Amino acid sequence: MTKRPLTRQELCTRLAMEFQDGWVVNLGVGMPTLCSNYVDPVNTPTFQAENGVIGYGPQAMEGEEDLYLVNAGAEYVIMTPGGSILHHADSFGLIRGGYVDVTVLGAYEVAENGDFANWKTAGSKGGAIGGAMDLAVSAKRVFIAMEHTTKDGTPRVLKRCSLPVTAVGVVSLLATNLGLFEITPDGFLLKEIAPGYTPEEVQSMTEPKFTVSSGLKEMSLSDEE
Amino acid sequence: MRPKVYQDFDEAVADIPNGASIMFGGFGNPGVPRNLISALLRQGAKDLTTISNTPGRPGNRMDANNLIEAGRVRKVVCAFTAGRTPPTFNELYAAGKIEAELVPQGTMAERIRAAGAGIGAFYTRTGVGTELAEGKEQRDIDGKDYLLEYPLPADYAFVRAYRTDTYGNTFYRLSQRNFNPIMAQAAKVTIVETEQLVEPGEIEPDHVHTPSIFVDRVVLIPPAPEGIWESVR
Repeated sequence: MTKRPLTRQELCTRLAMEFQDGWVVNLGVGMPTLCSNYVDPVNTPTFQAENGVIGYGPQAMEGEEDLYLVNAGAEYVIMTPGGSILHHADSFGLIRGGYVDVTVLGAYEVAENGDFANWKTAGSKGGAIGGAMDLAVSAKRVFIAMEHTTKDGTPRVLKRCSLPVTAVGVVSLLATNLGLFEITPDGFLLKEIAPGYTPEEVQSMTEPKFTVSSGLKEMSLSDEE
Repeated sequence: MRPKVYQDFDEAVADIPNGASIMFGGFGNPGVPRNLISALLRQGAKDLTTISNTPGRPGNRMDANNLIEAGRVRKVVCAFTAGRTPPTFNELYAAGKIEAELVPQGTMAERIRAAGAGIGAFYTRTGVGTELAEGKEQRDIDGKDYLLEYPLPADYAFVRAYRTDTYGNTFYRLSQRNFNPIMAQAAKVTIVETEQLVEPGEIEPDHVHTPSIFVDRVVLIPPAPEGIWESVR
């Protein structure tokens, strides 16, 4: 097996494979929107966007855009049969009300206590919160999709976040380009690993000591399975 | 009920004074009241407080950014003050030449709703344990921590709609709805720019998203190029 990190689509596909039939799924702006490209043969989730769109499907192809319908990333999307619309306050009422089964968000940092940071960079006066703080405290599950390290190799998987947190103790599952981690009361548990990598290599790029699952397997997303 | 139709956008925004607070609907492209913002730019009011999801986007798109670039905005209230925000806003904010209140989007929506619904304040779990909790009352309710948040009213709301009757009853199409209905209810004066102007009764009562009670002025968007219409870019 060739050694290689996972692509952004692959790590989002892996998270999307966790979506169960009937789940209400909210995808954050950026990398998480790739989750909706995965179509599970059995499970059909309902995608909900913070701007009040319930039941949207794939991104609109060029020429088929409806100028009145965008997702949370302001991208034109296609409505699926059975879709519906709420105004913004009711949309966040749905979110805070606990109707979202999972939100997938991007992050700068994730910590072993389940904290994550995704709204403010070091030294920045302002922040980009959007709906992330509301989603993070309200969804039944918070999954994070992000690169394992910064471009210069600094770990983003940490003991404690160094940046201002978005929410406290909420993350349950993390997919990076190096593996899939569950967050347990004892910290990170490596469950699946990128092709050709060893747990020791991944550990060397991770700040806290993580536990390796006894059932550790290589993350394989090939169509044959 | 009485007709509220204004003949053009300039007339509809003529009385907006310096120092006014103004809400702009819109999320992404749909639902942004670009014609009213364009008229306000011509009108000249300054020291404005704008309330919108973002401080706009770069380019001549007729959103909050155009007013900010023209030096007419004293303060923005929005869910983004960094990231994909326009360069002029970023420079002014870094230099302390514009104020910004950063509000989580759901808290912003609920504060606007509360302002229009006579709610004095509410508690939300959003922001607990973060920088945004600083200075806010925190309370344990049933074993969970919540923050106290206050209503967010405004002097004016600019709303973009798909169809409106002459009394102001308004219908939005798909995600054009976003903040528009709650802003219409929260502002002292609500001005609607609409794509179709119809007679009372032509919108089924069950299909009215914003009842006429919340609408003070209605302007029909003229055909392009005089009127500003959406395009894919």
